[in-house]
Amino acid sequence: MTSFDVIIIGGGHNGLTAATLLGKSGRKVLLLEAAGNVGGALHGYEFHPGFRAGGLAHIVNRLDPDVAKLIGLQAELPEILPTVALSETGMPAVLRGAYGERTDGVTAAEAVRFSELREKLLFQAGILKRFLKRRPPEIGAVTAGDMAAFASAGWNMIRRGREEGRDFLRMLLMNVADVADEYLTDDRLKGLIAFDATLGIHLGPRSPTSLLGLHYRLTGEAGGAAGAQFMPRGGVSALAAAFEKAAVSAGVTIRTGTSVTRILADRGETKGIALASGEEISAPVVVSAIHPQMTFLTLVDAAELSTGFLRAVKNIRSKGNVARLDLALERVPEFSGVLPEDHRGRLVIARSIDHVENAFNPAKYGEFSEDPVMEITVPSLADPSLAPAGAATLSALVQFAPYQLGEGWEAGKPRFQKVVLDVLERHAPGIGKFVLGSSLMTPADIEACYHMSGGHWHHGELQTDQLLVNRPVNAACRYSTPLKGLYLASAGSHPGGGISGLPGFLAAQSILAGERR
Amino acid sequence: MGSRMKRYDVVMIGGGHNGLVAACYLQRAGLDVVVLEKNDWVGGAATSRELTPGFTYSNCSYVCSLFRPEIMRDLELPEHGLQVVAYEGGAVFTRDGDYLASYRDHDSHRREFARWSKRDAEAYDRYARDVTRQCRFIQPLLMRTAPDPFSFRPRDISELIHLARKFGEFTPSQIAQTLRFWTMSISDFLDEYFETDVIKAYLALSGIIGTALGPMSPGTAYVLLHHYMGEVDGSVGAWGYARGGMGAVSRALASSFQAWGGTIRIGADVEKVLTRNGEAAGVVLCGGEEVLGKLVVSNADVKRTFLKLVDEQDLPDTFLHRVRHFKMRGSSGKLNIALDSLPEFPALPAGSSCIRGDLHFTDSVERMERAYDDWKAGRWSADPFVDMVIPTQLDPTMAPPGKHFMSCFVQYCPPKVEGRDWTDADRDAFAETVISQIAEYSPGFRERIVHMEVRTPREIEEEVGLTEGNIFQGELTFDQLLFNRPVPGYAQYRSPVKGLYLCGSSTHPGGGVMGAPGRNAAAEILRDLRLGTKHMSQAHDVI
Amino acid sequence: MTPGLAARLAGQKHIATPRRETPFHPRLKELSETNDWYTWAGCKAPHSIFDTELEYFCIRSQAALFDISPMMKYRITGPDAERYLNRLTLRDVRKLAVGRVQYTAWCDDHGHVLDDGTLFRLDADDFRLCCQERHLPWLLDSAIGFSVTVEEETEVIAGLALQGPTSFSILQAAGFAGVDALKPFQLARFPHEDAEVTISRTGFTGDLGYELFVPVGKALSLWDRLWTAGRLHGLKAIGYDALNRARIEAGFIVANADFVTAEGALRTDRGRMPDEIGLDWLVDTEKPFFNGRDAILRARERRTLKHILVGLEIEGNIPAEHAIVYHRGKREVGLVTAAIWSPLAKRNIAIASLERPFGERIADDLCVEIYAMRELQYRKLMKRAKIVPRPFVRLDRRTFTPPGRF
Repeated sequence: MTSFDVIIIGGGHNGLTAATLLGKSGRKVLLLEAAGNVGGALHGYEFHPGFRAGGLAHIVNRLDPDVAKLIGLQAELPEILPTVALSETGMPAVLRGAYGERTDGVTAAEAVRFSELREKLLFQAGILKRFLKRRPPEIGAVTAGDMAAFASAGWNMIRRGREEGRDFLRMLLMNVADVADEYLTDDRLKGLIAFDATLGIHLGPRSPTSLLGLHYRLTGEAGGAAGAQFMPRGGVSALAAAFEKAAVSAGVTIRTGTSVTRILADRGETKGIALASGEEISAPVVVSAIHPQMTFLTLVDAAELSTGFLRAVKNIRSKGNVARLDLALERVPEFSGVLPEDHRGRLVIARSIDHVENAFNPAKYGEFSEDPVMEITVPSLADPSLAPAGAATLSALVQFAPYQLGEGWEAGKPRFQKVVLDVLERHAPGIGKFVLGSSLMTPADIEACYHMSGGHWHHGELQTDQLLVNRPVNAACRYSTPLKGLYLASAGSHPGGGISGLPGFLAAQSILAGERR
Repeated sequence: MGSRMKRYDVVMIGGGHNGLVAACYLQRAGLDVVVLEKNDWVGGAATSRELTPGFTYSNCSYVCSLFRPEIMRDLELPEHGLQVVAYEGGAVFTRDGDYLASYRDHDSHRREFARWSKRDAEAYDRYARDVTRQCRFIQPLLMRTAPDPFSFRPRDISELIHLARKFGEFTPSQIAQTLRFWTMSISDFLDEYFETDVIKAYLALSGIIGTALGPMSPGTAYVLLHHYMGEVDGSVGAWGYARGGMGAVSRALASSFQAWGGTIRIGADVEKVLTRNGEAAGVVLCGGEEVLGKLVVSNADVKRTFLKLVDEQDLPDTFLHRVRHFKMRGSSGKLNIALDSLPEFPALPAGSSCIRGDLHFTDSVERMERAYDDWKAGRWSADPFVDMVIPTQLDPTMAPPGKHFMSCFVQYCPPKVEGRDWTDADRDAFAETVISQIAEYSPGFRERIVHMEVRTPREIEEEVGLTEGNIFQGELTFDQLLFNRPVPGYAQYRSPVKGLYLCGSSTHPGGGVMGAPGRNAAAEILRDLRLGTKHMSQAHDVI
Repeated sequence: MTPGLAARLAGQKHIATPRRETPFHPRLKELSETNDWYTWAGCKAPHSIFDTELEYFCIRSQAALFDISPMMKYRITGPDAERYLNRLTLRDVRKLAVGRVQYTAWCDDHGHVLDDGTLFRLDADDFRLCCQERHLPWLLDSAIGFSVTVEEETEVIAGLALQGPTSFSILQAAGFAGVDALKPFQLARFPHEDAEVTISRTGFTGDLGYELFVPVGKALSLWDRLWTAGRLHGLKAIGYDALNRARIEAGFIVANADFVTAEGALRTDRGRMPDEIGLDWLVDTEKPFFNGRDAILRARERRTLKHILVGLEIEGNIPAEHAIVYHRGKREVGLVTAAIWSPLAKRNIAIASLERPFGERIADDLCVEIYAMRELQYRKLMKRAKIVPRPFVRLDRRTFTPPGRF
């Protein structure tokens, strides 16, 4: 039996981040990936002859600076891309700079209101941010470091004035719709922030706590600018390559096309892993960078875990709501009223708060929206290799599309695709005529393709009751798990999903800190 | 007038149950209190009214269990005539002709649940224990003023420390579980315990009653707690009827107040709070009469008080902004029905005790949530959630012999219909929606109706004065609880106007016929006046 | 799965009998002179039948028949049944041979005891778990990841405890051939009419005795068969109060009487680890992983166990039930959970839960404070107490095989 110091299961960006960090520390690290290549949600695929999709993620807005440094991403400021809130009837509203440092297409008064709200939300996100880059505290054994983080959060609030602090505690668990109504009047902007707060989360804008989704987005940064988004040179796939390169140069052994079938354990201690081939590899430390439910419900023998723990794992809510549509287009699409260069940004279709709310309603009952909301990018503009010369790809994240469709996705998928194309047609008249090919991935497809339970890219609902000390479950919230030597490092762990690398980064730090449980 | 005009120590705006509770405590502390009530009866939303000869309607609130026993004792309500008739259980009818009943007896309850699922029947015990544990934590907070985390006054700091200590009594995993519980939706919470739709629907109702949230909205698990607070050491969520209708609670309070020399003026509608040099000095009634007082306490909700009764110029901008955005959207309606005989429910076995309790027709969480979707779209629910009780089976004083009064609480019912005001035709159509739902389960129901009062948020606002017809004087969402209720920085019953206090359900701990806001407000006022609070019982210890 | 409408409608009748009657109820009702019933797991069960004192002496001198049908019974079957139970319970189920019975206990993730009970291995993949409390959700959730079926069979299997020196003679007289070969904690199946009765040499009295399990349809005929055979052997039906005396003498504990079960505990400090209620000997640290293992081992290693269960012998003859235990007459160190004057040992005995290190390192100078109500006056007694091993009474006849004929 071969042996390693650390085995990482899953070669997504979090697995690669953890592997790189551990490899750099001199440990002998083996990374196992079931798919043919690493990169996970960053990895692209050909969906139509000559046309490639960039990856499940189609824009980068929260890559952690330390992770960026780790994988050798150049420190220079990336170009910040705009967000365009499309309108069916009039001109779009455009957020420029980091989440609308400047706004175009809205009245001067509304621009002021938006910037007030933006500032408030960024301040609040700033308070929360420090907790995203630390391990959740251990209840009952809070460390000096934890106390310092709390103190600094408190100090920041007070320094800003009592009323800002009060507003923070008032707004923290509010719904995004009430906040939008309180500060804004323009339906496009309200619809946009309602969309951004709920994208990838099973909440509508009127659901209490939905503002937290927006806070989460604003804790992300690019080039030091909070709330900014960018596209790496060469597209998202280029990022996958950077992650892989970093791992390889850290001495990590990578085996792709290698499915782990079992995490070996005895009397509560990890011993290694077994592969589909029957091969067993031993290691005292195994890091699972795949979905926590897959980890514990399929890879670990239930006899090595306790009942209450498995019960909690089973209760993790992780049913995706977002479908992904890729279109192969004869030529670059043109959305009404959108400047050509703004097509390189993120285009959002969410007319109003009610539009998002009404799109959410059916998802509660296993139905898809007949009038969905979505965000669109044109990946081939950043990475021309994705499409033949002159042609283009379009990528849309569409919600709400439930993981379990009442009528079944086999019947529902063609209907849903038509619904989505009709919406696109309304915003980019004529686009239908240029469609050469398409691929619609429902959450069920995403689950199958990316090995994410429920097709949920956060690997578990990013809602208040599944955050911090309860992410993914309390007994495994500090990356170590009840199974000694087994660590979690996927988006299912604190602080959650998106291309940040933080779960992997913090998990590796935990291991390096020598804490075994 | 001028110098000869009487100046009260305290002028109370509104004679709802919280106003009366506060007035009682203040009067007993030796102050001279006048309660000004716009209607010709006191009680606000806790009233009994004879709207058709021989029938007494509890026409707003209809059951009584949240009322704090410490307050009942201090104010001697039983001596002033309050009798609470306990009732047990109830039932949810299912569309397939069966029902799910609940019983006080633990084994009967379990066996009833076991008809639907053996597993759920046992899971209920774990569920009840977990919820009771939360109640035990929350209950003592009901009768304490919420600490202000940003005041840095010694009292607030020591209260915060007290809270943290209480919290620290949980084990680490219970703390984690508590954090989840507080922010979960009742639907998700129940999914962790139960597998049967009707059982979840039955338990979920306490998470939505009176709120403008659906069972799938985060935060509704906490609302459930609010309704379960009744008796922590008894069984979870036991309820009772006030004999003679809910007005009996108010009558007992009024009697207690008057016995100590308090003055009640009915038909006295307050138009404005008088201020002198930025301090409250009394009120002006519609018609111009001034009633002077050293202090003014408002039982009206926070919006009505500060947006209608107080001059905006006396209020800071941030405060006004927050009051304007305080959420109190009406979400419920009410049908009060006089019946010439007891309705039949063929699904229930003859002689079943369930018919004396709460009856419901919503047998799945999905139906409940869809009812909420209608409300969000500005319509009353096409398939509403109805909480129906027939108290005259246990309290024959409320109707002529053989006849019955039925109270139907209906959710959801919006404050405006698709953005416009309610019309009488809307109201009638709303009533018809409810009646036809009941008639589906009770043949011949229509024919038994002698008289009916229909109350949409419009009627509730008009009569009781609750803005937008919100029965809790403000939603019970996180941003409006504890130190955020009603407005951060003003959650201790005081207001930016010196000498003006709030004591209604807009304040901590919120709605329900509980009396705690009134009591807590009185305690703060007495503290400001440096008068003792020895005559006020502290919350009973939960041991 | 929700049962079908017809089954649910039929079930509505339950409300007519708020207390379920056990299959033996017709016989018990006939015999009952005291008419003194209580509720055991939702069933009507006797406190006593004719006289608690005399009933007790039947257990020790003749034979007693006690209805254990309300006891919870779970059937666990399937290829993973052994592995499943091994993860669930504290002892090594691999060592439990077919036809044997194990006294055992099981814990939650925090190592707090959920219940104790007896585990019967009926076949290689077929087990019956008997216990005091209801555990269906826990047992079902424990089955995640195992190929097992868990079914509650409390209402379909009737149970009888036949206890006392003449119990063996009665079984022989009743024609259960081969019962003489049964060793303690062994079970065998015997024909009864056209069905089978499972007889195990187990019990809750510390005496020679057996437990019999039979499908409910055969309950009354089994009762009658024993009753007829027992006529000449002094067989009497007894209620719980007599049994309770015997079990205290035997030093057995009862869930939610001597300790609060983990799922029943509302208050955070009430959970108890096996080592805190005298069940440390059940914990097998060598066997594969089981629920609560980490927490128990950690508490042992870090010496954070807070309580200990001890047997006490108290001076005098006034039972000390629920008395507070003091050290040096001053410091409260625990509580008596069960106590009687033992008619057999002629000693005043008690089971008590103490706070460590009392009962562990400090065992001297203990006393209990007994409030004896005599004609509306309390006599407050401070009585010296001494820690003694359990069981308080050890009877050779309990284990002797083949059993003696008394």
